[in-house]
Amino acid sequence: MTALLEVSGVSVTFDGFRAINNLSFSIGAQELRAIIGPNGAGKTTFMDIVTGKTRPDTGSVTFGERSVSLLSLSEAQIARVGVGRKFQRPTVFEDQSVAENLTMALKAQRAPWRVLFWKEGPEDRAKVEALAEEVGLAEHLPRKAGELSHGQKQWLEIGMLLAQEPRLLLVDEPAAGMTLAEREHTTALLVEMAKTRAVVVVEHDMEFVRRLNCKVTVLHEGAVLAEGSLDHVTKNQQVIEVYLGRG
Amino acid sequence: MTRQTFVERSFLAKNPSVLWFILILALFTLGVTVLSEAYGVAFISTSFVKTLGKTLCLCLVALAMDLIWGYAGILSLGHMAFFALGGYMLGMWLIYARTEEIVVAALAQGGLPATPEEVRQGIAVQIFGVVGASEFPPIWALAHSFWGQMFLVVAVPGVLALVFGWLAFRSRVTGVYLSILTQAMTLALALYLFQNDSGLRGNNGLSGLQNLPGLSDVSQDDLSIWFFWASAFALGAGYVLLAWVVSGKFGSVIRAIRDDEQRVRFLGYSVEGYKLFVFTLTAVIAAIAGALYYPQAGIINPAELAPIASIYLAVWVAIGGRGRLYGAVIGAAFVSLLSSWFTGGRAPSIPLGFYTINWVDWWLVLLGLSFVAVTLFAPKGIGGLFDLWQGRRAPDRKGAALGPDDSSLQEKEALK
Repeated sequence: MTALLEVSGVSVTFDGFRAINNLSFSIGAQELRAIIGPNGAGKTTFMDIVTGKTRPDTGSVTFGERSVSLLSLSEAQIARVGVGRKFQRPTVFEDQSVAENLTMALKAQRAPWRVLFWKEGPEDRAKVEALAEEVGLAEHLPRKAGELSHGQKQWLEIGMLLAQEPRLLLVDEPAAGMTLAEREHTTALLVEMAKTRAVVVVEHDMEFVRRLNCKVTVLHEGAVLAEGSLDHVTKNQQVIEVYLGRG
Repeated sequence: MTRQTFVERSFLAKNPSVLWFILILALFTLGVTVLSEAYGVAFISTSFVKTLGKTLCLCLVALAMDLIWGYAGILSLGHMAFFALGGYMLGMWLIYARTEEIVVAALAQGGLPATPEEVRQGIAVQIFGVVGASEFPPIWALAHSFWGQMFLVVAVPGVLALVFGWLAFRSRVTGVYLSILTQAMTLALALYLFQNDSGLRGNNGLSGLQNLPGLSDVSQDDLSIWFFWASAFALGAGYVLLAWVVSGKFGSVIRAIRDDEQRVRFLGYSVEGYKLFVFTLTAVIAAIAGALYYPQAGIINPAELAPIASIYLAVWVAIGGRGRLYGAVIGAAFVSLLSSWFTGGRAPSIPLGFYTINWVDWWLVLLGLSFVAVTLFAPKGIGGLFDLWQGRRAPDRKGAALGPDDSSLQEKEALK
């Protein structure tokens, strides 16, 4: 299996605090992976590095068949090569309609001049409607995103991510604040999405990770502590000490 | 029906306010023309026609301010610098060509035909004598050419905005720091222009701009109405252009940048590119408005670039209502006309016995208080009245930003 994302030897220090310490990590093109770890393990920093928000001090991050280095690209360029990011809290544009949110995310030219002269064709309209259908917001297309409930905003954001058609999806605590039914729906969707792309889920909730039934990477103090199935890593003595044992 | 007409119809159908605006502007223009001294019943004085024409130019620059502040969320406190630069660029041709006529006429009395060099020397002495110079500075190289200076009206503010914006946005300067930076820009420019050797006559500025070269036998009554028409046309065209810019996906993206620029980056849009585009576009619109304004004002000097001018611009847009184009126009027209009424000494003073409120002095206090009141109690400004009229209500966000960090109640319930 060739890796889609290859992180090797990455370190980053904030004011003397080593948030990521010689981290190496790779993920295949169609893989679902969960990242767990206690607070401060570097989960969010890892996402920031991959999406270009934080620059590491050392190491390399490459993406795709041609091993493009993500470190020399801006956040927007990284998003355009195919990395999508879902934040923990739903971040949608509340002052705009569901349709506008989805249209903005649709895979298309992103340069100002092209966007200025962009016209919505029937196929764009159809895509937006199909996406809204997929995330259960078909009836809410003309509504402002700010009027949606928390769960619906999460769905809208997932719809926007799908619209971007990313090859790698980074998802930060998708189940936070969701009801049981919504969690089940989310699990199914993440598993489904991972069939055609790579999905990395950062999660605190062990129950949710168990449901995903995928390979798990445990981070601790900015490095990989253990990797394998959930049952495998939960038997690891070090993992129990630093993470599970804190109970 | 062709595809083109379909698209145009859908743009106007989606934006009925554009049709209303054009209709009201056309009726207003017609009304002023009918009441003017030049083409009508002489009910409105020529000086008031000029005031109205200038007001239309201020409405145009307010539209530009609304695009950059109300839509893109960038509080620029330097856009009046672009406005004034536009005025300076056209003013250079006006003063050059007008002085040329006078110098040629004066030299013709000498008997011998004057050489071009003598004419040029004569113009230079006439224009720059006041600052003790008699040579044209290099920046006047195109001043003899109307089209040359018209090009500079767009090019000089456009390039300045492009370079300044590129430096500022690339370093990701945002919020109040960017506002301070733009204010520093306009202040620096004003201080530079105040110097006599800046090449633009220092604090004397350019004057006599109301006299158009080659049209000395046309009365100011006629000229004022011509400029009024041109201003009305520019405002109408600017309105349609900006309504089109904000109506589509581009408008969606810049409003998204206003609300959460980091999220927009993760969608793959280059936020800096969009900001730079909007900054430059609005600077050019401001410059065109300025080029129409100053021939009606007759004089331009570096005081026009003072930071306070740009702050007024922000106040107009805030009072009129940010984030809606007609709000900016209403704010600029309402506040600037009210301002000229109060400061023109026509507002009656209020005797309180122990003190007399003289509006020339107290108008600024009133304006400041209304700005504070609008910010606190009616953040949507005068334009918000249209929402009341149409029965539209926004959810009360208790003054919180529209940004995505705020969620509905469910999230608070979900937090353990």
